[in-house]
Amino acid sequence: MTDLAISATGLRKAYGEHLVLDGVDLDIAAGTVFSLLGPNGAGKTTMVKILSTLISADGGDVRVAGHHLTRDAQAVRAAIGVTGQYSAVDGLLTGEENLRLMADLHHLGRSGGRGRARELLEQFDLTEAARKPAATYSGGMRRRLDLAMTLVGDPRIIFLDEPTTGLDPRSRRTMWQIIRGLVADHGVTIFLTTQYLEEADQLADRIAVLNQGSLVAQGSAEELKRLVPGGHVSLRFADPRGFVAAAQALRSTYSDEETLTLHVPSDGGVRSLRALLDWLDSASITVDELTVHTPDLDDVFLALTQEREAAR
Amino acid sequence: MNALSDSATMLRRNLRHMLRYPTLTLMIIGMPIVFLLLFVYVFGGTLGAGLGQAGGRADYLAYVTPGIILMTVASAATATTVTVATDMTEGIVARFRTMAISRASVPTGHVLGSMIQTLLGVAVVTGIAVLLGFRSTTGPVQWLAALGILALFVLGLTWLSAALGLVSPTVEIASNIPMPLMLLPLFGSGFVPTASMPGPLRWFAEHQPFTPLIETLRSLLLGTPLGNHATASICWSIGIALVGYLWARKLYSRDPAR
Repeated sequence: MTDLAISATGLRKAYGEHLVLDGVDLDIAAGTVFSLLGPNGAGKTTMVKILSTLISADGGDVRVAGHHLTRDAQAVRAAIGVTGQYSAVDGLLTGEENLRLMADLHHLGRSGGRGRARELLEQFDLTEAARKPAATYSGGMRRRLDLAMTLVGDPRIIFLDEPTTGLDPRSRRTMWQIIRGLVADHGVTIFLTTQYLEEADQLADRIAVLNQGSLVAQGSAEELKRLVPGGHVSLRFADPRGFVAAAQALRSTYSDEETLTLHVPSDGGVRSLRALLDWLDSASITVDELTVHTPDLDDVFLALTQEREAAR
Repeated sequence: MNALSDSATMLRRNLRHMLRYPTLTLMIIGMPIVFLLLFVYVFGGTLGAGLGQAGGRADYLAYVTPGIILMTVASAATATTVTVATDMTEGIVARFRTMAISRASVPTGHVLGSMIQTLLGVAVVTGIAVLLGFRSTTGPVQWLAALGILALFVLGLTWLSAALGLVSPTVEIASNIPMPLMLLPLFGSGFVPTASMPGPLRWFAEHQPFTPLIETLRSLLLGTPLGNHATASICWSIGIALVGYLWARKLYSRDPAR
Protein backbone atom coordinates (compact mmCIF):
# COMPACT_ATOMS: atom_id res chain seq x y z
CA MET A 1 0.00 0.00 0.00
CA THR A 2 2.68 2.46 1.01
CA ASP A 3 4.72 1.93 -2.14
CA LEU A 4 1.88 3.07 -4.37
CA ALA A 5 2.41 6.63 -5.51
CA ILE A 6 -0.99 6.93 -7.09
CA SER A 7 -4.00 4.67 -6.85
CA ALA A 8 -7.38 5.37 -8.37
CA THR A 9 -10.50 3.32 -8.62
CA GLY A 10 -13.56 4.13 -10.65
CA LEU A 11 -12.42 7.63 -11.60
CA ARG A 12 -15.19 9.40 -13.46
CA LYS A 13 -15.53 12.86 -14.95
CA ALA A 14 -18.09 14.32 -17.30
CA TYR A 15 -18.42 17.76 -18.79
CA GLY A 16 -22.17 18.06 -19.13
CA GLU A 17 -23.32 15.25 -21.42
CA HIS A 18 -19.82 14.43 -22.49
CA LEU A 19 -18.24 11.61 -20.48
CA VAL A 20 -14.48 12.22 -20.41
CA LEU A 21 -13.34 9.57 -17.93
CA ASP A 22 -15.50 6.49 -17.58
CA GLY A 23 -14.38 4.57 -14.51
CA VAL A 24 -10.59 4.51 -14.72
CA ASP A 25 -8.61 2.25 -12.36
CA LEU A 26 -4.92 2.95 -11.87
CA ASP A 27 -2.11 1.74 -9.63
CA ILE A 28 1.26 3.38 -10.01
CA ALA A 29 4.21 2.14 -7.99
CA ALA A 30 6.49 4.69 -6.37
CA GLY A 31 9.76 5.41 -8.15
CA THR A 32 8.51 4.39 -11.58
CA VAL A 33 7.66 6.17 -14.79
CA PHE A 34 4.06 5.68 -15.80
CA SER A 35 2.98 6.84 -19.20
CA LEU A 36 -0.54 7.53 -20.28
CA LEU A 37 -1.01 7.27 -24.02
CA GLY A 38 -4.05 8.24 -25.93
CA PRO A 39 -5.31 10.06 -29.00
CA ASN A 40 -6.28 13.71 -28.80
CA GLY A 41 -9.34 14.20 -26.64
CA ALA A 42 -9.01 10.82 -24.92
CA GLY A 43 -9.02 12.48 -21.51
CA LYS A 44 -5.29 12.48 -20.72
CA THR A 45 -5.13 16.12 -19.66
CA THR A 46 -8.36 15.79 -17.70
CA MET A 47 -6.79 12.91 -15.81
CA VAL A 48 -3.69 14.98 -14.97
CA LYS A 49 -5.87 17.90 -13.90
CA ILE A 50 -7.85 15.70 -11.55
CA LEU A 51 -4.87 13.86 -10.06
CA SER A 52 -3.05 17.17 -9.51
CA THR A 53 -6.08 18.67 -7.66
CA LEU A 54 -6.70 21.30 -10.34
CA ILE A 55 -10.23 20.14 -11.05
CA SER A 56 -12.54 17.81 -9.16
CA ALA A 57 -13.69 14.39 -10.30
CA ASP A 58 -17.35 13.36 -10.39
CA GLY A 59 -16.66 10.02 -8.78
CA GLY A 60 -14.05 7.52 -7.76
CA ASP A 61 -11.62 7.00 -4.95
CA VAL A 62 -8.17 8.45 -5.46
CA ARG A 63 -5.05 8.49 -3.31
CA VAL A 64 -1.95 10.41 -4.31
CA ALA A 65 1.21 9.98 -2.23
CA GLY A 66 -0.95 8.17 0.32
CA HIS A 67 -3.28 11.12 0.82
CA HIS A 68 -6.91 11.26 -0.09
CA LEU A 69 -7.26 13.49 -3.14
CA THR A 70 -10.15 15.64 -1.96
CA ARG A 71 -10.15 15.29 1.83
CA ASP A 72 -6.45 16.03 2.10
CA ALA A 73 -5.82 18.11 -1.02
CA GLN A 74 -3.14 20.31 0.55
CA ALA A 75 -1.08 17.26 1.57
CA VAL A 76 -1.37 15.95 -1.99
CA ARG A 77 -0.27 19.33 -3.33
CA ALA A 78 2.74 19.33 -1.02
CA ALA A 79 3.90 16.03 -2.52
CA ILE A 80 3.40 16.74 -6.21
CA GLY A 81 4.80 18.93 -8.95
CA VAL A 82 3.04 19.66 -12.23
CA THR A 83 4.40 20.70 -15.58
CA GLY A 84 1.32 21.11 -17.68
CA GLN A 85 0.73 21.22 -21.37
CA TYR A 86 0.64 24.98 -21.37
CA SER A 87 3.64 26.89 -20.21
CA ALA A 88 3.31 27.62 -16.50
CA VAL A 89 6.03 30.23 -16.28
CA ASP A 90 5.53 33.93 -15.63
CA GLY A 91 6.55 35.63 -18.86
CA LEU A 92 7.09 39.05 -17.29
CA LEU A 93 9.52 37.68 -14.70
CA THR A 94 13.05 36.55 -15.47
CA GLY A 95 14.02 32.91 -15.26
CA GLU A 96 15.69 33.48 -11.92
CA GLU A 97 12.72 35.43 -10.55
CA ASN A 98 10.39 32.61 -11.61
CA LEU A 99 12.47 30.14 -9.62
CA ARG A 100 12.74 32.51 -6.66
CA LEU A 101 8.96 32.91 -6.75
CA MET A 102 8.60 29.14 -6.40
CA ALA A 103 11.22 29.09 -3.64
CA ASP A 104 9.31 31.78 -1.74
CA LEU A 105 6.09 29.80 -2.07
CA HIS A 106 7.89 26.74 -0.70
CA HIS A 107 9.21 28.90 2.16
CA LEU A 108 12.84 28.10 1.46
CA GLY A 109 13.98 31.41 2.93
CA ARG A 110 16.11 34.08 1.24
CA SER A 111 19.46 32.36 0.96
CA GLY A 112 17.94 28.91 0.59
CA GLY A 113 15.83 30.14 -2.31
CA ARG A 114 18.72 31.88 -3.99
CA GLY A 115 20.86 28.74 -3.72
CA ARG A 116 18.15 26.45 -5.07
CA ALA A 117 17.49 28.82 -7.98
CA ARG A 118 21.19 28.94 -8.88
CA GLU A 119 21.45 25.16 -8.68
CA LEU A 120 18.46 24.59 -10.96
CA LEU A 121 19.51 27.27 -13.45
CA GLU A 122 22.81 25.46 -13.77
CA GLN A 123 21.27 21.99 -13.97
CA PHE A 124 18.88 23.10 -16.71
CA ASP A 125 21.45 25.10 -18.63
CA LEU A 126 19.66 28.40 -18.08
CA THR A 127 22.35 30.34 -16.19
CA GLU A 128 23.06 32.63 -19.15
CA ALA A 129 19.40 33.49 -19.63
CA ALA A 130 18.70 33.79 -15.89
CA ARG A 131 18.21 37.55 -15.99
CA LYS A 132 16.13 37.70 -19.15
CA PRO A 133 12.31 37.76 -19.03
CA ALA A 134 10.90 34.27 -19.60
CA ALA A 135 8.72 35.66 -22.41
CA THR A 136 11.88 35.98 -24.52
CA TYR A 137 12.84 32.29 -24.07
CA SER A 138 12.66 29.73 -26.86
CA GLY A 139 10.18 26.87 -26.57
CA GLY A 140 12.79 24.45 -25.30
CA MET A 141 14.15 26.90 -22.73
CA ARG A 142 10.66 27.66 -21.47
CA ARG A 143 9.92 23.95 -21.00
CA ARG A 144 13.18 23.53 -19.10
CA LEU A 145 12.37 26.49 -16.88
CA ASP A 146 8.87 25.12 -16.41
CA LEU A 147 10.24 21.79 -15.22
CA ALA A 148 12.89 23.49 -13.07
CA MET A 149 10.10 25.45 -11.34
CA THR A 150 8.27 22.20 -10.71
CA LEU A 151 11.39 20.79 -9.04
CA VAL A 152 11.99 23.69 -6.63
CA GLY A 153 9.88 22.04 -3.96
CA ASP A 154 11.46 18.56 -4.39
CA PRO A 155 8.18 16.86 -5.30
CA ARG A 156 7.91 13.08 -4.84
CA ILE A 157 5.47 12.73 -7.70
CA ILE A 158 5.78 14.72 -10.91
CA PHE A 159 3.05 15.10 -13.49
CA LEU A 160 4.30 15.83 -16.97
CA ASP A 161 1.52 16.58 -19.43
CA GLU A 162 2.94 16.26 -22.93
CA PRO A 163 6.28 17.72 -21.85
CA THR A 164 7.89 17.56 -25.29
CA THR A 165 5.02 18.54 -27.56
CA GLY A 166 6.26 21.15 -29.99
CA LEU A 167 9.92 20.69 -29.14
CA ASP A 168 12.60 19.98 -31.72
CA PRO A 169 14.29 16.55 -31.61
CA ARG A 170 17.34 17.85 -29.75
CA SER A 171 15.31 19.61 -27.04
CA ARG A 172 13.17 16.50 -26.77
CA ARG A 173 16.21 14.34 -26.14
CA THR A 174 17.50 16.80 -23.52
CA MET A 175 14.13 16.61 -21.82
CA TRP A 176 14.25 12.81 -21.83
CA GLN A 177 17.66 12.82 -20.22
CA ILE A 178 16.43 15.17 -17.52
CA ILE A 179 13.43 12.95 -16.84
CA ARG A 180 15.59 9.80 -16.66
CA GLY A 181 17.91 11.61 -14.28
CA LEU A 182 15.05 12.55 -11.98
CA VAL A 183 13.99 8.95 -11.59
CA ALA A 184 17.51 7.58 -11.28
CA ASP A 185 18.91 10.21 -8.90
CA HIS A 186 15.91 11.26 -6.87
CA GLY A 187 13.64 8.23 -7.04
CA VAL A 188 10.63 10.32 -7.94
CA THR A 189 7.51 8.91 -9.54
CA ILE A 190 6.64 10.31 -12.95
CA PHE A 191 3.18 10.44 -14.45
CA LEU A 192 3.75 11.23 -18.09
CA THR A 193 1.21 11.81 -20.80
CA THR A 194 2.35 11.88 -24.36
CA GLN A 195 1.28 11.47 -27.94
CA TYR A 196 4.73 10.31 -28.92
CA LEU A 197 4.85 6.57 -28.61
CA GLU A 198 8.60 6.61 -28.89
CA GLU A 199 8.69 8.79 -25.81
CA ALA A 200 6.66 6.31 -23.79
CA ASP A 201 8.79 3.46 -25.17
CA GLN A 202 11.97 5.30 -24.14
CA LEU A 203 10.95 6.41 -20.69
CA ALA A 204 8.10 4.46 -19.22
CA ASP A 205 8.16 1.39 -16.99
CA ARG A 206 4.47 0.98 -17.47
CA ILE A 207 2.19 2.28 -20.17
CA ALA A 208 -1.55 2.60 -20.22
CA VAL A 209 -3.57 3.40 -23.29
CA LEU A 210 -6.54 5.66 -22.71
CA ASN A 211 -9.22 5.75 -25.35
CA GLN A 212 -12.56 7.50 -25.05
CA GLY A 213 -12.37 7.67 -21.31
CA SER A 214 -11.37 4.09 -20.53
CA LEU A 215 -8.06 2.30 -20.22
CA VAL A 216 -7.95 -0.19 -23.09
CA ALA A 217 -4.57 -1.71 -22.24
CA GLN A 218 -1.94 -1.57 -19.55
CA GLY A 219 1.52 -3.04 -19.23
CA SER A 220 5.18 -2.61 -20.09
CA ALA A 221 6.12 -1.58 -23.63
CA GLU A 222 7.10 -5.21 -24.33
CA GLU A 223 3.84 -6.56 -23.02
CA LEU A 224 1.86 -4.13 -25.11
CA LYS A 225 3.81 -4.94 -28.24
CA ARG A 226 2.92 -8.60 -27.74
CA LEU A 227 -0.74 -7.65 -27.94
CA VAL A 228 -0.59 -6.89 -31.64
CA PRO A 229 0.46 -9.04 -34.60
CA GLY A 230 4.25 -9.28 -34.81
CA GLY A 231 6.65 -7.83 -37.31
CA HIS A 232 6.75 -8.49 -41.04
CA VAL A 233 8.77 -7.99 -44.14
CA SER A 234 7.13 -5.97 -46.86
CA LEU A 235 8.08 -7.02 -50.40
CA ARG A 236 7.28 -5.12 -53.57
CA PHE A 237 7.81 -7.20 -56.68
CA ALA A 238 9.08 -6.07 -60.06
CA ASP A 239 6.48 -8.00 -62.10
CA PRO A 240 3.14 -9.82 -61.64
CA ARG A 241 4.77 -13.20 -62.31
CA GLY A 242 7.05 -12.88 -59.29
CA PHE A 243 4.18 -11.58 -57.18
CA VAL A 244 1.94 -14.55 -58.00
CA ALA A 245 4.74 -17.09 -57.49
CA ALA A 246 5.69 -15.61 -54.12
CA ALA A 247 2.07 -15.28 -53.04
CA GLN A 248 1.57 -18.98 -53.68
CA ALA A 249 4.74 -20.13 -51.96
CA LEU A 250 4.94 -17.79 -48.95
CA ARG A 251 2.54 -17.42 -46.07
CA SER A 252 1.53 -13.77 -46.25
CA THR A 253 -0.58 -11.64 -43.95
CA TYR A 254 -1.38 -9.03 -46.54
CA SER A 255 -1.25 -8.89 -50.28
CA ASP A 256 -2.04 -6.20 -52.79
CA GLU A 257 -2.18 -7.07 -56.47
CA GLU A 258 -2.30 -3.45 -57.59
CA THR A 259 1.01 -2.52 -56.06
CA LEU A 260 2.45 -6.07 -56.20
CA THR A 261 3.11 -5.95 -52.47
CA LEU A 262 3.19 -8.81 -49.95
CA HIS A 263 3.64 -8.73 -46.19
CA VAL A 264 5.40 -11.83 -44.90
CA PRO A 265 5.56 -12.46 -41.15
CA SER A 266 9.10 -12.20 -39.83
CA ASP A 267 10.92 -11.56 -36.60
CA GLY A 268 13.19 -9.17 -38.50
CA GLY A 269 16.30 -11.25 -37.65
CA VAL A 270 19.25 -11.58 -40.04
CA ARG A 271 18.95 -15.38 -40.30
CA SER A 272 15.31 -15.43 -41.35
CA LEU A 273 15.87 -12.54 -43.74
CA ARG A 274 18.77 -14.36 -45.41
CA ALA A 275 16.60 -17.47 -45.78
CA LEU A 276 13.88 -15.38 -47.40
CA LEU A 277 16.30 -13.71 -49.79
CA ASP A 278 17.91 -17.04 -50.70
CA TRP A 279 14.52 -18.48 -51.55
CA LEU A 280 13.64 -15.46 -53.71
CA ASP A 281 16.97 -15.83 -55.54
CA SER A 282 16.56 -19.51 -56.16
CA ALA A 283 13.07 -18.93 -57.53
CA SER A 284 14.45 -16.10 -59.73
CA ILE A 285 11.97 -13.59 -58.38
CA THR A 286 12.95 -9.93 -58.60
CA VAL A 287 12.07 -7.72 -55.68
CA ASP A 288 12.11 -3.96 -56.20
CA GLU A 289 11.82 -2.98 -52.58
CA LEU A 290 12.12 -4.69 -49.22
CA THR A 291 11.36 -3.11 -45.86
CA VAL A 292 11.51 -4.71 -42.44
CA HIS A 293 8.81 -3.70 -40.02
CA THR A 294 9.19 -4.53 -36.32
CA PRO A 295 6.16 -4.01 -34.09
CA ASP A 296 6.27 -0.73 -32.21
CA LEU A 297 3.90 1.11 -29.96
CA ASP A 298 2.40 2.80 -33.00
CA ASP A 299 0.97 -0.56 -34.02
CA VAL A 300 -0.35 -1.14 -30.53
CA PHE A 301 -1.80 2.30 -30.34
CA LEU A 302 -3.47 2.13 -33.74
CA ALA A 303 -4.75 -1.39 -33.16
CA LEU A 304 -6.18 -0.61 -29.74
CA THR A 305 -7.74 2.69 -30.66
CA GLN A 306 -9.04 1.34 -33.98
CA GLU A 307 -10.84 -1.53 -32.29
CA ARG A 308 -12.74 1.00 -30.29
CA GLU A 309 -13.57 3.08 -33.33
CA ALA A 310 -14.96 -0.02 -35.03
CA ALA A 311 -16.94 -1.08 -31.97
CA ARG A 312 -18.77 2.23 -31.90
CA MET B 1 1.26 32.58 8.88
CA ASN B 2 1.63 30.96 5.46
CA ALA B 3 -1.38 32.88 4.23
CA LEU B 4 0.43 36.14 5.07
CA SER B 5 3.79 35.24 3.54
CA ASP B 6 2.19 33.67 0.46
CA SER B 7 0.09 36.79 -0.09
CA ALA B 8 3.22 38.92 0.30
CA THR B 9 4.96 36.75 -2.32
CA MET B 10 2.03 37.19 -4.69
CA LEU B 11 2.04 40.94 -4.00
CA ARG B 12 5.73 41.12 -4.94
CA ARG B 13 4.92 39.27 -8.16
CA ASN B 14 2.16 41.73 -9.03
CA LEU B 15 4.28 44.77 -8.19
CA ARG B 16 6.99 43.41 -10.50
CA HIS B 17 4.40 43.08 -13.25
CA MET B 18 3.45 46.74 -12.78
CA LEU B 19 7.08 47.79 -13.06
CA ARG B 20 7.64 45.66 -16.17
CA TYR B 21 4.40 46.74 -17.81
CA PRO B 22 3.88 50.37 -16.78
CA THR B 23 1.54 51.12 -19.70
CA LEU B 24 -1.43 49.87 -17.70
CA THR B 25 -0.66 52.20 -14.79
CA LEU B 26 -0.37 55.12 -17.22
CA MET B 27 -3.68 54.19 -18.82
CA ILE B 28 -5.33 54.29 -15.41
CA ILE B 29 -4.46 57.95 -14.85
CA GLY B 30 -4.82 59.01 -18.50
CA MET B 31 -8.60 59.16 -18.57
CA PRO B 32 -9.07 61.10 -15.29
CA ILE B 33 -6.41 63.61 -16.32
CA VAL B 34 -8.12 64.19 -19.66
CA PHE B 35 -11.43 64.68 -17.82
CA LEU B 36 -9.78 67.04 -15.35
CA LEU B 37 -8.32 69.23 -18.10
CA LEU B 38 -11.50 69.05 -20.18
CA PHE B 39 -13.83 69.97 -17.36
CA VAL B 40 -11.64 72.68 -15.84
CA TYR B 41 -10.51 74.43 -19.02
CA VAL B 42 -13.37 73.75 -21.47
CA PHE B 43 -16.44 73.60 -19.25
CA GLY B 44 -14.96 75.04 -16.05
CA GLY B 45 -15.83 78.69 -16.62
CA THR B 46 -19.49 78.01 -17.26
CA LEU B 47 -19.87 75.20 -14.75
CA GLY B 48 -18.11 77.29 -12.10
CA ALA B 49 -20.59 80.10 -12.65
CA GLY B 50 -23.35 77.53 -12.22
CA LEU B 51 -22.10 76.69 -8.75
CA GLY B 52 -23.42 80.09 -7.57
CA GLN B 53 -21.81 82.83 -5.49
CA ALA B 54 -19.81 84.29 -8.39
CA GLY B 55 -17.86 81.03 -8.86
CA GLY B 56 -15.35 80.71 -11.68
CA ARG B 57 -12.87 78.30 -13.14
CA ALA B 58 -10.82 78.11 -9.89
CA ASP B 59 -13.91 77.29 -7.84
CA TYR B 60 -14.87 74.60 -10.32
CA LEU B 61 -11.38 73.08 -10.10
CA ALA B 62 -11.88 72.80 -6.34
CA TYR B 63 -15.35 71.35 -6.86
CA VAL B 64 -14.38 68.77 -9.47
CA THR B 65 -11.11 67.48 -7.96
CA PRO B 66 -12.76 65.03 -5.52
CA GLY B 67 -14.86 63.72 -8.43
CA ILE B 68 -11.74 63.27 -10.54
CA ILE B 69 -10.07 61.42 -7.65
CA LEU B 70 -12.98 58.98 -7.53
CA MET B 71 -12.86 58.68 -11.30
CA THR B 72 -9.23 57.59 -10.93
CA VAL B 73 -10.36 54.95 -8.45
CA ALA B 74 -12.99 53.71 -10.91
CA SER B 75 -10.49 53.70 -13.74
CA ALA B 76 -8.04 51.66 -11.67
CA ALA B 77 -10.84 49.23 -10.80
CA THR B 78 -11.35 48.61 -14.52
CA ALA B 79 -7.66 47.84 -14.85
CA THR B 80 -7.84 45.41 -11.91
CA THR B 81 -10.61 43.43 -13.58
CA VAL B 82 -8.59 43.14 -16.78
CA THR B 83 -5.39 42.24 -14.91
CA VAL B 84 -7.07 39.51 -12.90
CA ALA B 85 -8.90 38.08 -15.93
CA THR B 86 -5.67 38.07 -17.93
CA ASP B 87 -3.75 36.41 -15.14
CA MET B 88 -6.34 33.64 -14.83
CA THR B 89 -5.60 32.62 -18.42
CA GLU B 90 -1.91 32.15 -17.55
CA GLY B 91 -0.54 28.69 -16.97
CA ILE B 92 1.27 29.84 -13.86
CA VAL B 93 -2.01 30.38 -12.01
CA ALA B 94 -2.89 26.75 -12.77
CA ARG B 95 0.47 25.90 -11.26
CA PHE B 96 -0.33 27.93 -8.13
CA ARG B 97 -3.55 25.97 -7.77
CA THR B 98 -1.66 22.69 -7.65
CA MET B 99 0.75 23.97 -4.98
CA ALA B 100 0.35 23.73 -1.23
CA ILE B 101 -0.04 27.47 -0.77
CA SER B 102 -2.76 29.51 0.84
CA ARG B 103 -5.71 29.54 -1.56
CA ALA B 104 -6.59 33.16 -0.97
CA SER B 105 -3.03 34.36 -1.64
CA VAL B 106 -3.44 34.74 -5.41
CA PRO B 107 -6.48 37.06 -5.33
CA THR B 108 -5.16 38.78 -2.20
CA GLY B 109 -1.87 39.55 -3.94
CA HIS B 110 -3.82 41.04 -6.84
CA VAL B 111 -5.98 43.16 -4.57
CA LEU B 112 -3.06 44.53 -2.54
CA GLY B 113 -1.06 45.25 -5.69
CA SER B 114 -4.00 46.99 -7.34
CA MET B 115 -4.64 49.03 -4.18
CA ILE B 116 -1.07 50.32 -4.28
CA GLN B 117 -1.45 51.03 -8.00
CA THR B 118 -4.73 52.86 -7.41
CA LEU B 119 -3.43 54.99 -4.55
CA LEU B 120 -0.33 55.88 -6.60
CA GLY B 121 -2.65 56.92 -9.44
CA VAL B 122 -4.70 59.00 -7.01
CA ALA B 123 -1.51 60.68 -5.76
CA VAL B 124 -0.42 61.58 -9.30
CA VAL B 125 -3.86 62.88 -10.32
CA THR B 126 -4.19 64.91 -7.10
CA GLY B 127 -0.69 66.29 -7.70
CA ILE B 128 -1.76 67.47 -11.16
CA ALA B 129 -4.86 69.12 -9.68
CA VAL B 130 -2.57 70.92 -7.21
CA LEU B 131 -0.36 72.03 -10.11
CA LEU B 132 -3.44 73.42 -11.84
CA GLY B 133 -4.20 75.44 -8.70
CA PHE B 134 -6.20 73.15 -6.43
CA ARG B 135 -5.66 74.08 -2.78
CA SER B 136 -7.01 72.23 0.22
CA THR B 137 -8.37 74.47 2.95
CA THR B 138 -8.12 71.89 5.73
CA GLY B 139 -5.22 70.33 7.63
CA PRO B 140 -3.19 67.10 7.93
CA VAL B 141 -5.72 65.40 10.26
CA GLN B 142 -8.47 65.78 7.69
CA TRP B 143 -6.12 64.70 4.89
CA LEU B 144 -5.28 61.57 6.81
CA ALA B 145 -8.96 60.87 7.41
CA ALA B 146 -9.64 61.43 3.70
CA LEU B 147 -6.89 58.98 2.78
CA GLY B 148 -8.20 56.39 5.23
CA ILE B 149 -11.78 56.56 3.97
CA LEU B 150 -10.61 56.53 0.36
CA ALA B 151 -8.33 53.53 1.00
CA LEU B 152 -11.21 51.60 2.56
CA PHE B 153 -13.35 52.31 -0.51
CA VAL B 154 -10.50 51.30 -2.81
CA LEU B 155 -10.16 48.04 -0.87
CA GLY B 156 -13.83 47.26 -1.40
CA LEU B 157 -13.91 48.25 -5.04
CA THR B 158 -10.73 46.31 -5.77
CA TRP B 159 -12.12 43.09 -4.28
CA LEU B 160 -15.26 43.59 -6.36
CA SER B 161 -13.17 44.24 -9.49
CA ALA B 162 -11.10 41.13 -8.76
CA ALA B 163 -14.31 39.10 -8.51
CA LEU B 164 -15.50 40.59 -11.83
CA GLY B 165 -12.16 39.59 -13.34
CA LEU B 166 -12.63 36.05 -12.03
CA VAL B 167 -16.18 35.75 -13.30
CA SER B 168 -15.33 37.02 -16.81
CA PRO B 169 -15.03 34.12 -19.24
CA THR B 170 -12.64 36.10 -21.45
CA VAL B 171 -10.32 39.08 -21.13
CA GLU B 172 -12.40 40.97 -23.70
CA ILE B 173 -15.50 40.65 -21.55
CA ALA B 174 -13.47 41.62 -18.49
CA SER B 175 -12.50 44.89 -20.14
CA ASN B 176 -16.16 45.74 -20.76
CA ILE B 177 -17.88 44.65 -17.54
CA PRO B 178 -16.63 47.48 -15.28
CA MET B 179 -17.26 50.25 -17.86
CA PRO B 180 -20.36 51.56 -16.03
CA LEU B 181 -18.13 52.10 -12.99
CA MET B 182 -16.30 54.85 -14.87
CA LEU B 183 -19.57 56.68 -15.38
CA LEU B 184 -20.68 56.61 -11.75
CA PRO B 185 -18.75 59.77 -10.75
CA LEU B 186 -20.57 61.53 -13.61
CA PHE B 187 -23.96 60.21 -12.46
CA GLY B 188 -23.21 61.45 -8.96
CA SER B 189 -22.02 64.65 -7.38
CA GLY B 190 -18.60 64.45 -9.05
CA PHE B 191 -19.01 67.09 -11.72
CA VAL B 192 -22.20 68.99 -10.87
CA PRO B 193 -24.30 69.14 -7.68
CA THR B 194 -26.99 66.47 -7.58
CA ALA B 195 -29.56 69.19 -6.84
CA SER B 196 -29.27 70.34 -10.47
CA MET B 197 -30.39 66.94 -11.82
CA PRO B 198 -33.95 65.91 -12.81
CA GLY B 199 -36.03 63.68 -10.46
CA PRO B 200 -35.15 59.98 -10.94
CA LEU B 201 -31.53 60.73 -11.93
CA ARG B 202 -31.14 62.89 -8.87
CA TRP B 203 -32.49 60.11 -6.68
CA PHE B 204 -30.00 57.67 -8.23
CA ALA B 205 -27.13 60.16 -7.92
CA GLU B 206 -27.83 60.69 -4.24
CA HIS B 207 -28.10 57.01 -3.43
CA GLN B 208 -25.13 55.50 -5.27
CA PRO B 209 -21.85 54.86 -3.44
CA PHE B 210 -19.67 57.37 -5.29
CA THR B 211 -21.64 60.40 -4.13
CA PRO B 212 -21.05 60.02 -0.37
CA LEU B 213 -17.38 59.31 -1.09
CA ILE B 214 -17.05 62.43 -3.23
CA GLU B 215 -18.90 64.53 -0.62
CA THR B 216 -16.71 63.13 2.18
CA LEU B 217 -13.54 64.01 0.26
CA ARG B 218 -14.96 67.44 -0.50
CA SER B 219 -15.65 68.00 3.17
CA LEU B 220 -12.27 66.73 4.34
CA LEU B 221 -10.32 68.67 1.69
CA LEU B 222 -12.39 71.82 1.35
CA GLY B 223 -14.33 72.08 4.60
CA THR B 224 -17.85 71.65 3.15
CA PRO B 225 -20.46 70.20 5.55
CA LEU B 226 -19.80 66.51 6.22
CA GLY B 227 -23.32 65.46 7.23
CA ASN B 228 -23.69 61.68 7.29
CA HIS B 229 -21.58 61.22 4.16
CA ALA B 230 -18.64 59.70 6.05
CA THR B 231 -20.86 57.09 7.71
CA ALA B 232 -22.48 56.29 4.38
CA SER B 233 -19.04 55.99 2.75
CA ILE B 234 -17.76 53.60 5.37
CA CYS B 235 -20.91 51.47 5.20
CA TRP B 236 -20.78 51.29 1.41
CA SER B 237 -17.06 50.44 1.47
CA ILE B 238 -17.42 47.65 4.01
CA GLY B 239 -20.46 46.27 2.20
CA ILE B 240 -18.76 46.27 -1.19
CA ALA B 241 -15.58 44.80 0.31
CA LEU B 242 -17.50 41.97 1.95
CA VAL B 243 -19.49 41.11 -1.17
CA GLY B 244 -16.41 41.40 -3.38
CA TYR B 245 -14.22 39.32 -1.08
CA LEU B 246 -16.71 36.50 -0.56
CA TRP B 247 -17.61 36.41 -4.23
CA ALA B 248 -13.96 36.42 -5.34
CA ARG B 249 -13.12 33.66 -2.85
CA LYS B 250 -15.99 31.52 -4.11
CA LEU B 251 -15.06 32.11 -7.74
CA TYR B 252 -11.39 31.32 -7.21
CA SER B 253 -12.07 28.06 -5.41
CA ARG B 254 -14.33 26.62 -8.10
CA ASP B 255 -12.85 24.45 -10.85
CA PRO B 256 -11.07 26.64 -13.40
CA ALA B 257 -12.92 26.58 -16.70
CA ARG B 258 -9.90 27.34 -18.82
